[in-house]
Amino acid sequence: MTKQRANWSPYDNNGGSCVAIAGADYCVIAADTRMSTGYNILSREYSKITKLADKCLMASSGFQADVKALQKHLAARHLIYQHQHNKQMSCPAMGQLLSNTLYYKRFFPYYSFNVLGGLDSEGKGCVYTYDAVGSYERVGYSSQGSGSTLIMPFLDNQLKSPSPLLLPAQDAVTPLSETEAVDLVKTVFASATERDIYTGDKLEIVVVNAEGIRREYMDLRKD
Amino acid sequence: MFRNQYDTDVTTWSPAGRLFQVEYAMEAVKQGSAAIGLRSKTHVILACVNKASSELSSHQKKIFKVDDHIGVAIAGLTADGRVLSRYMRNECINYNFTYESPLPVGRLVVQLADKAQVCTQRSWKRPYGVGLLVAGLDESGAHLYYNCPSGNYFEYQAFAIGSRSQAAKTYLERRFENFMGSSREDLIKDALISVRETLQGEKLKSSICTVAVVGVGEAFHILDQETVQQLIDSFELVREDEPPAPEAGDAVADQSEASAPVAEEGAAPMDI
Repeated sequence: MTKQRANWSPYDNNGGSCVAIAGADYCVIAADTRMSTGYNILSREYSKITKLADKCLMASSGFQADVKALQKHLAARHLIYQHQHNKQMSCPAMGQLLSNTLYYKRFFPYYSFNVLGGLDSEGKGCVYTYDAVGSYERVGYSSQGSGSTLIMPFLDNQLKSPSPLLLPAQDAVTPLSETEAVDLVKTVFASATERDIYTGDKLEIVVVNAEGIRREYMDLRKD
Repeated sequence: MFRNQYDTDVTTWSPAGRLFQVEYAMEAVKQGSAAIGLRSKTHVILACVNKASSELSSHQKKIFKVDDHIGVAIAGLTADGRVLSRYMRNECINYNFTYESPLPVGRLVVQLADKAQVCTQRSWKRPYGVGLLVAGLDESGAHLYYNCPSGNYFEYQAFAIGSRSQAAKTYLERRFENFMGSSREDLIKDALISVRETLQGEKLKSSICTVAVVGVGEAFHILDQETVQQLIDSFELVREDEPPAPEAGDAVADQSEASAPVAEEGAAPMDI
């Protein structure tokens, strides 16, 4: 007697790639805008980036229905926080909240691969990278999604982030200027688009700095 | 108020058909420091008197933001008010989560009223000892509601609750007909003058009053002390000329509201 198997899956993968890079006083968060299922494209203009708090954004790839539910959940929790504390949540606080939220569904996970980007309480850029069940780490840069295997090695090569195992502990912050970081992101996505079928159409770049939040778009290959 | 043998339990009726515990809860509202609300077509203003128990302590928070489009001012047991505000905030968040749109004010006040009613019909509970002035904006316009401990609620053009609120109500009664078309600034001015009426001679300063605004294109927010003081300074120059008109008695069944609620002919003074 063979084990019974489900004849449907609650999950789907809508593809796409996300990247975030932390600078000394800025943070760049970027994601492509293609939403697909299997070999079909559902939308060429779907945003994977959402603002969770004043200086904190999240880019998520994976199953967009779960991503949407996760975003709404975090937005509601942020509102409660604001009512109770009379201020916005800091990026590190949101980072912990996201981790706890993901682990809460450890046995029916949000199929969502996230990168959180923003400014910490000192105004320095910070990036947190997650897996689907909430394991997270603060890093200088990260990528998630279908193109991450193509993007991550390139970022490693360019950004030479010091190992967290080194002593004394070194800053997880990239010595790039804001414009250089944005250019790097554009280069990286153009490359990923060439070889990853799920990445393409358009690139959405969001830059957070002391002045506020700036949004930029760049066309990518549509094939 | 007088003691009698029917007032021990909220679930005991008096022979005259009254629930004394609920009426006593209303008294608690009258003991709290004053809160005032008024509205025009596009804006609603809440103002309240902040009394600190001593010079050393901070003021009690009496105005709470419930959502971008709703705020509430309380009078009475502020702890009860805080708890109810938390409930209202949760309701707004949940509604927004489900429907991706702001909770209509009318629905919120009904939920609040039902919650208050439950406490008037359970032997192991007591009524909330707080009156709430709910100010909000939704698709049908600007609204001001008053929620009582009894579970009743009414919509108002302008209203005042708490101690010495009668003085404010008198002033508002004289002026409410103009409110619908008033500008935001005029409304705030009227609110501040109403607050001043309740102070009985004490000087109106921004340190003893709080003002909050919600309007079309303007999320609910509490004005900071500096702004309020500036407004007070600019208004103080124009003093109220006419002496307050003699109040038409009615201390008990005084229905000094602007829009007409359902009249409870001579029955228990359940409200106001």
